[in-house]
Amino acid sequence: MTTIDTASHTAFAGAGATHAPSAVAAWVTTSDHKRLGRMLIVSGLVALLGIAAVGALLGFERIDAAATTLNANSITQLFAINRVGLAFFAVLPIMLGLAVAIVPLQLGARSLAFPRLAAAGFWAWFFGVVLIVISVAANGGPGGGAPTFVALFIAAYAVMLFGLTAIAGSIATTVLTTRAPGMNMRRVPLFSWSALVSALGLLLVLPVAAGTVIYLYVSYRYNKVPFGGNTGVLNYLGFTLTQPTTFLFALPAIGFAAEMIPVTARRRMPMRNVLLAGLALVGVAALGGITQVNQSLPWSGSGFNLDDLGTKIADLVNYLVFMDLPLTGLLVVLLLAPLAFKGTRPKITAPFLFGFFGVLMVFVGMLGALVNGVTDLGLAGTVFEEGVTNYVLYGAVIAGMGAVSYWGPKLWGRRLNDKALIPLALLGTLAVVLSSLPYYIAGFADQPAGAVTFDYAGPQNIWNILVTVGHLAMLLTVLSFSALALKGFRSGPAAGDDPWDAQTLEWATSSPAPANNFAEVHSVASAEPLLDLKDTGRNS
Amino acid sequence: MLALPPAPAPAPRRQLFVGTSLAAVAGAMLVGGMLAMWLRFRNEAIAATGHWVPEKITIPEVPSNIMLLGFVGICVFAQWAVYAARRDDKQHVGVALGLTALLGLAYINAQVAVYVQMELPINDATGSAYGVMFYAVTGTMLALIIAGMVFSFVAAFRYLGGRSNDREIVTAHAIYWYFIAVAFSMLWFVVYVTK
Repeated sequence: MTTIDTASHTAFAGAGATHAPSAVAAWVTTSDHKRLGRMLIVSGLVALLGIAAVGALLGFERIDAAATTLNANSITQLFAINRVGLAFFAVLPIMLGLAVAIVPLQLGARSLAFPRLAAAGFWAWFFGVVLIVISVAANGGPGGGAPTFVALFIAAYAVMLFGLTAIAGSIATTVLTTRAPGMNMRRVPLFSWSALVSALGLLLVLPVAAGTVIYLYVSYRYNKVPFGGNTGVLNYLGFTLTQPTTFLFALPAIGFAAEMIPVTARRRMPMRNVLLAGLALVGVAALGGITQVNQSLPWSGSGFNLDDLGTKIADLVNYLVFMDLPLTGLLVVLLLAPLAFKGTRPKITAPFLFGFFGVLMVFVGMLGALVNGVTDLGLAGTVFEEGVTNYVLYGAVIAGMGAVSYWGPKLWGRRLNDKALIPLALLGTLAVVLSSLPYYIAGFADQPAGAVTFDYAGPQNIWNILVTVGHLAMLLTVLSFSALALKGFRSGPAAGDDPWDAQTLEWATSSPAPANNFAEVHSVASAEPLLDLKDTGRNS
Repeated sequence: MLALPPAPAPAPRRQLFVGTSLAAVAGAMLVGGMLAMWLRFRNEAIAATGHWVPEKITIPEVPSNIMLLGFVGICVFAQWAVYAARRDDKQHVGVALGLTALLGLAYINAQVAVYVQMELPINDATGSAYGVMFYAVTGTMLALIIAGMVFSFVAAFRYLGGRSNDREIVTAHAIYWYFIAVAFSMLWFVVYVTK
C-alpha cells in the first residue's frame, strides 16, 4: 500500500499540457492536503460570517423581551442553525482544515494519509452543510413544519458527520504513520499532537452522534412518535453541541497557542512532555461527550448530608473527570508559558496575540462550564450555557485566525501585515467577550436559553444589546480578517522560508510548500529539528 | 533554505492497518452508541408498560444464532487469508477471501429471514420505538457487512491482481471482520438474547 499520494497537479503536468485541467477542476478534484486544508478553512470562515449574523439577529430579537419580529417557528430554527452552525459549519472545519494543511508539513511527510478519503470527507461535509441550510430555509429545521425537509435535515446531518469523521480519521492516521524518521511521539510538534488527540476524540464522539442520527432518521421517516418528531431532532444530538464536547473542537486552537509559546520565547519549550500531557488532558472531554452522563456537581440542595453517598461520589467523579480535567489541561498550557518566557526577550507577533487571547477566551469558557455544572446555582437551561459555548467556540475561532496568519506563508507564500492584524486580534477578543460575558450575567438572572421572550428582574435590554454588538463585532472581525488575508496572500510581501524563526519541520521547506512538501525525507533528532540545525550552524 | 540531513527511506508504517483499526474503533462507537440507546429505550419502555418487544412478535432464534455462528467462520477464513498471504499462497488467499465474502452474503440472507419471519411493523400505532430501533440497528449492521464484503473483493482483486507483496491489505481486512464479529456479538446479545 503506497503511503505517498502524488499531488494531482503534478500528475497532470506529467501527462502533458493538453490534458491540464481547468483551475476549478484542479481544486474540485484535488487530493493535495494543502488545498484541502485551505478549502476547509475558507468554507469555515464563510460559514462563520453567516453564523455571526444569525447570532446578531437572535440577540436583536432578545432586546425587546416582550415582542418578536420573526415568527416563533423561524426563531426555533434559527437557534438550532446557530448552535449547529457554530460547531459544525465553522469551528470544526477551520480546526480540521488547519490540521489537514499543516500536520503533514510538521511531520516531514509528503502527503496526508488517505488523501482521497479526506477529499471525500470534505465534499461530504460541504454538501451536508449545503443541504442543511436548504432544509432550514425550506422550513425543515428542528421544529420545522415541512416533513420532507426535516427528513432532509436529518439525512444531511448524517452526511456532514460522515465527512468530518473521515477527515478526522485521515488526520489521526497521518500522525500515527507518516512521521519523519527519528520523530517519535514525544517529538511530535505540539499542534500536530493536539490535532491527533482531537481527531481521536472525534473518532469516538462523532460515530455515537451518527448512530443517533440513524435512529432519528428512521424514526422520523416511519414513526415520528418515539424520538419526538420534528421538535425532538436536536434533543438527542445536544451533546455534540455543548460542553465538554466543544472543548474537543477547540483543542487544535489550544495546540496552536502552545506551539506559539517557544516560537515567541525563542527558546526550546521547557517541560515539553508536561505540555503534551496537558493537551492530552483536554482530550478527556471526548469521554464526556460519549458517556453523556450527569456532569453536574452533586449534593444539590442537600447540604452536606451523606444520604445516597454512592451516587453523590459517582456524580462527583464524573464532574471532576469531564469538566475539571480538560480545564486542568488548559491550565497546564497557560502556566507553562511564563516558564518559557522567563529570562528571554519574547518577540510578540500578531499570530501569538490571536493564539493567546483566543485560548484565554476558551479558558474563560471552560471556567464557565465548571460553574454551570454546580446545580445549586440554577444555571442549567439559562443563557449562561450559550455564553459558555460562545466563549469556547468563538475563542477557538480567534486562535484559528492566528494560526492562518502564522502558517499562511507555507500555504500561500506570502505574509500578512502584522501591524494591521494586531488591532484585529484585540477587536476579535472584545467581540468574544461581548457576545459571551453578558450571558454569564443574564444567566444568573435566569434569562432562559433558546427563547426570545422572557421576564426577569434586572436590566434585560443591556445584556442583549451587548451580545448583539458582540456578534456584530465578530462579523466585522471575520470580514476584516478575510479582506486582509485576501489582499495579503495575493499581493503581500513574499515570505521567506522561515519568517518566524521557528523550530519545527514545516519551516524547512520553501514557502509556499511545493507539491509533495519535501524533496527529501528528513531525519530528526529532537522535538525542535530546525533549531538543532540553526544551533549547528551557529556553532560551526 | 535550510537543509536538514536526508534520511534513508522510511520503513513502512502500516498505514492501511492503522487506518482500518481506527475505522474499527469508530465503527465500534457507532454500534455501541446505538446499542446504548437501545438499552435506554428498553429500560424506559419496561418501566412504563412492562414490556419492550411488541406483543405477538417473536424473535426467530434460529437465524439469529446462525448469524452469530457464521462469524466464527468469517474470522477463521479472514485469518486463513492472512496465514496464506504470509506464505505467498495465492490460491488459498483467494479461496479464503472468497469464503469470507460468501459468509457475509449468508449473513444478509439470514437477516432477511429474520425480517420476514418477524413481520415487525416499523410504523407501530402504539408509538413504541421497538420497530424503528430494530430496523435501524440491524440495518446499520447490514451496511457494515456489505462494506466488509466490498473490502473482501477489493483485497482479493489487489492481491490476486499482482500486488502479492501487499499483505497489509489482507491483514487490515481481517481486522475489519474481527471488529464486525465483536460488534455483531454485542448486537446479538442485546437485541436477540436479552430482547
